[in-house]
Amino acid sequence: MTTSRMQDNIILQVQNVSKRFGGLLAVSEVTFDLPKGQILGLIGPNGAGKTTLFNVINGVYTPTEGQITFRGTDISGWKPYDVVGLGLARTHQIVRPLNDLTVLENVMAGACYGHESHSLTEAEVIALEVMEFVGLHERRNLLAASLNVAQKKRLEMARALASRPYLLLLDEVLAGLNPTEIAEMVEVVLKIREQGVSIFIIEHVMHALMNVSDRIIVLDYGQLIAEGTPDEIVDNPKVIEAYLGDPALAEKLMSGS
Amino acid sequence: MEQLFASLADGLLIGFVYGLAAMGLTLIFGVMDVINLGHGPIIALGMFGVFFFAGSTGWGLNPYLALVIVAVLGLIFGMIMYFVAVHRVLNAPHLSSLLSTFSVNMMIIGVGTALFTTSPRNLEFSLGSLQLGPVNLLGTRVMAALIAVLVTAVLYVFLYRTQPGKAIRAVANNRDAAELMGIPSTKMLALSFGLGTMLAAIAGGLIATFFSFNILAGGVYELKSFVIVVLGGLGNPTGALIGGLILGAMEGVVPTFMPVSWVPVIEFVLFVVILLVRPTGLLGGR
Amino acid sequence: MKSWKYPALWLTVGVVLAGGLIPVITGSKIMRESMFLILMAVTMASSLNILLGYAGYVSFGHIVFFGLGGYVGFYLIAEQGWNLIPAALAGGLASGVLALLLGIALLRLRGAYFALATIGINEAMRTFINNFNLFGGPIGMELNFIVYQDYGGAANMQWLTYWLMFGVTIIAVLMSYGVKFSRFGLGLMSIREDEDAAMAMGIHTPKVKTMAYILSAILPGIIGVIFFFRNSSVQPAGAFRLHRSIEMIVMVMLGGQGTVQGPLVGAALYEALRSYLLTSPLFKDLQLAIAGVLLLLIILFVPSGVIGWLRHRFKGLWRVLE
Repeated sequence: MTTSRMQDNIILQVQNVSKRFGGLLAVSEVTFDLPKGQILGLIGPNGAGKTTLFNVINGVYTPTEGQITFRGTDISGWKPYDVVGLGLARTHQIVRPLNDLTVLENVMAGACYGHESHSLTEAEVIALEVMEFVGLHERRNLLAASLNVAQKKRLEMARALASRPYLLLLDEVLAGLNPTEIAEMVEVVLKIREQGVSIFIIEHVMHALMNVSDRIIVLDYGQLIAEGTPDEIVDNPKVIEAYLGDPALAEKLMSGS
Repeated sequence: MEQLFASLADGLLIGFVYGLAAMGLTLIFGVMDVINLGHGPIIALGMFGVFFFAGSTGWGLNPYLALVIVAVLGLIFGMIMYFVAVHRVLNAPHLSSLLSTFSVNMMIIGVGTALFTTSPRNLEFSLGSLQLGPVNLLGTRVMAALIAVLVTAVLYVFLYRTQPGKAIRAVANNRDAAELMGIPSTKMLALSFGLGTMLAAIAGGLIATFFSFNILAGGVYELKSFVIVVLGGLGNPTGALIGGLILGAMEGVVPTFMPVSWVPVIEFVLFVVILLVRPTGLLGGR
Repeated sequence: MKSWKYPALWLTVGVVLAGGLIPVITGSKIMRESMFLILMAVTMASSLNILLGYAGYVSFGHIVFFGLGGYVGFYLIAEQGWNLIPAALAGGLASGVLALLLGIALLRLRGAYFALATIGINEAMRTFINNFNLFGGPIGMELNFIVYQDYGGAANMQWLTYWLMFGVTIIAVLMSYGVKFSRFGLGLMSIREDEDAAMAMGIHTPKVKTMAYILSAILPGIIGVIFFFRNSSVQPAGAFRLHRSIEMIVMVMLGGQGTVQGPLVGAALYEALRSYLLTSPLFKDLQLAIAGVLLLLIILFVPSGVIGWLRHRFKGLWRVLE
């Protein structure tokens, strides 16, 4: 009884998930839960397997071992398009919008094929609403190729949001942005959560991540080495050790508190 | 049974030449990820080259001496072709290089047809034949196989033992890294393209010593090269030679069981199946 | 959908209608013959463009659908006594089914591998038909001229097939436009730009790509039947000529891949150029070489084609040129 009520509150459950590429164990026996409505941060040094973990969750890779449960459904080994259909969307670290199409059309594509599967006319309504939300409304008729980095990141986010997800995976949406843009983006992320969307976010901009996350998990060499609130993570000696190879990053992490 | 051995031996000898042609295609693909659709007509140019330098209506040289000239011309042709048609589209989508090399195909066939028509040519040349037990082998084919092996050996020595060869392999591995190490990548790419067309031209020249041909004749060998390259793994020169032997053996043996016109059907079906099941080739790793 | 809002559609259909009606109005048989070839080229190029231009998959052996459809339809007419129209539809169906099967198998391959596989399929089909006695093997099949009596005699048959080709071309252009501005088309273009991202956006890429492949195969199959019926014979070498495949790609590139009007412009320009070169005593033999030079120049200097270049050059024309 209690477990099933617990289950109801968990939107994403990752159990013992491993991903092996030949001889390389990119993700190793990772287990964690993401409760509904929370923002979960994912940090770790470069090459720790963060993006690989995202790719395993959204179906780009099939996990070598383990189970991924999203809203009560076992989605391990599902294809990305089927995962989106259940309401799990993501953004990519490297943004590649459909350059020859307008911003509006880009976002419409997200709505058309998202979890609700809309016609073009309905998709346009959703796209306009989502663009208003992320602040791309004035640029809706420009070609996606003409946007700058910050705007492309917003576009990527708008495309994912247009699919009306329950859970959004954000892969470094703050990277390459200036402080003002970061503040604006953080605002957007918090607003998304207010709408009831759960968020799982990879980020290198530590102070921002510390501010938005309810909880944080830390990967190092594919293993989950720590889990806790931002404060607990900052004080965790294992985490600091993991970043020692990268003193600048450790510094940043410390100053984030 | 004797018939089977004879066909097999004949098939294998030609297989070496097929392998040589395919090696030209696979070398270019391996180094710069370009499939040279001008491959067939270049093979045909090799045939005409030998015909011109060695034929009774041409200079009348020894065909194997003519082959050396053809090889040099093939190398130069390829380097020019690289700068004209390939260099600018190296980083464009695949379609661009497929089409730009095909445009060269059209130019060669167009000019070739205008100059030579499409009536068949024949190099009147013979090296007698060789009797090995029950098997009778044509001298020209034995010679062609030997030359194919020799050229392969020289290519390997060049790629693994010489400075430019090593540079080519570095460029094939990682163009940016090679450039950072001071390797002039453009020159190396041009050189490898030239080597690829040189191999095609030599293969064409060898074929001309025992088969009749016209300007369109290269097309068949181009398609065979595709099959072989896929058999051996795209980008793998040793694989190409072995693939050539497999194809040659098949062409020798299959007609003893069924009508010869089914051979290409089997080849192309095999080609598609391998692409689907094992795109890295039968010999290629992952 | 208010149609007046779509000037590009009206322009495109208008041009096809005007072009197609010229031989009808003038009654010129010479003009009819060259327009027949142009319309055929437009249909082939527009069909190929759905796969090549919208989805970004290079089919080098697309002529296989023209050849197979043509063979199936021709067999039904010549050997089974079918009427042209159901036979043409059957030809289209056969090509569609082939595309479905191939789509499931081949579209997993990307880039050069897919292109190579399509060449392999075309050659496998050609060499197979060469051995397939039901379809006449290497000799192919011929039509008894008596059959044309059912269509009001040979002269009338030529007008009839012209009208059919005209109709199919209009369908091709409408389909090309319809696909581009549909939800499906948006999915295809997402695949062209970045297939992995498209998958992550929820686009069921194998299904969408296979659909595109089928759509691009049906009309070539239908016009294959019309073409060979008109020619009264069909042979393997003529039906599966790899060269024709590449000419189709050239037309799409020349006009502008991924645009609706590009294949139309490209096909018309290419056919016009080819017939000029073929009839000019100076260039007759060099026709192929000149086409090759033209192709190279396009790829090197105007990779987006005529329409793409115009769109880029004159931004005001965006809504007219699609």
